[in-house]
Amino acid sequence: MQNKRENARPQGAAARMHSELSVSLWRGGEHGRYETYGVPQRESQTVLDVVTFVQRHIDPTLSYRFACRVGICGSCAMTVNGKPRWTCRTHVAKVAHGGRLEIGPLENLPVIKDLATDMRAFFEKWQQAKGVFAPTKSRHEAIMPIRPDTPARIAADAAIECINCGVCYSACDTVRWNADYLGPAALTRAWTLINDERDGGNTARLQAISGSGGCHACHSHQSCQQLCPQSLNPTAAIAGLKRRSAAAYLKGEITA
Amino acid sequence: MNVRLYVWQRATAAIMAPLVLVHIAVIFYAARRGLSASDVLARTRGSIAWAAFYGLFVAAVSIHAAIGLRNVLHEWSPLTERRAGFCAIGFGLLLAALGIRAVAAVVLP
Repeated sequence: MQNKRENARPQGAAARMHSELSVSLWRGGEHGRYETYGVPQRESQTVLDVVTFVQRHIDPTLSYRFACRVGICGSCAMTVNGKPRWTCRTHVAKVAHGGRLEIGPLENLPVIKDLATDMRAFFEKWQQAKGVFAPTKSRHEAIMPIRPDTPARIAADAAIECINCGVCYSACDTVRWNADYLGPAALTRAWTLINDERDGGNTARLQAISGSGGCHACHSHQSCQQLCPQSLNPTAAIAGLKRRSAAAYLKGEITA
Repeated sequence: MNVRLYVWQRATAAIMAPLVLVHIAVIFYAARRGLSASDVLARTRGSIAWAAFYGLFVAAVSIHAAIGLRNVLHEWSPLTERRAGFCAIGFGLLLAALGIRAVAAVVLP
């Protein structure tokens, strides 16, 4: 354990400081360890602020990933006190029990260094689930009018705000147990496209999500739904995929 | 679990749901009426209906439980999906053999 509390107090910050947080950060790779730092607690402070403070004022070698800081880009997700969260929109006051924070990299993904994970598997599974729009018209044809109030469009809109932060993937027990499982985000994306009437890739998509690592592996534990920072419901999307996939299989449109 | 196993597991679950209710009702009936073993056997021996009822039950249980065990082994043990499948087939055949033996014991004259 490495304690660098003395370095954690920048000049001029004392007047704004209410107390000091005890912050344990994962350091190193897969076989790293938690190290504890003292960080001044401030009003309206986010977990990302805490991590940034450590890097700017205590240890500049700390590695982590962020970009927009306002919940748009989806790059700053980490495990905070045991649960995956997007750190830029998570207030310390809501999660730091007794002034303690434990911040680690996302689970179910290889650790590159410190708080940064290798998210290639997460995005590759998007591709495996045929998460890319398959257009049915060219740019030379008229734009297809889309009614926003049809059941299919409502289902597509329900999940379209996914920002690929990886929180659901990190929270998922099935991903933890089955390395081939596509995961909530990729399957939710597939469900969005299946309900998009402009898309023409549904048979290939249903085939892609019906294998052993597909939607039928989901146990409906609903951790994805509980922890999604966008309040999306991947469990419902996966349940929809199960119905559509089973129907397509029984009709002979896809094979097992 | 792929879509074929999913459909089989859901279909066998749908078959088992009413069979379980009838089975429990039969247990209550036999217990409340105070039927002895010989009373039960007198009703079941030579009965094609009870043979079909419990024969279907055994078939559904063997398939359903084997698929479930395959998933558990695949997710919670070091076995590969293929080996978990072989173990599950073995378990399903064992359940079917034990079940058919039990059904035969009560329905064969």
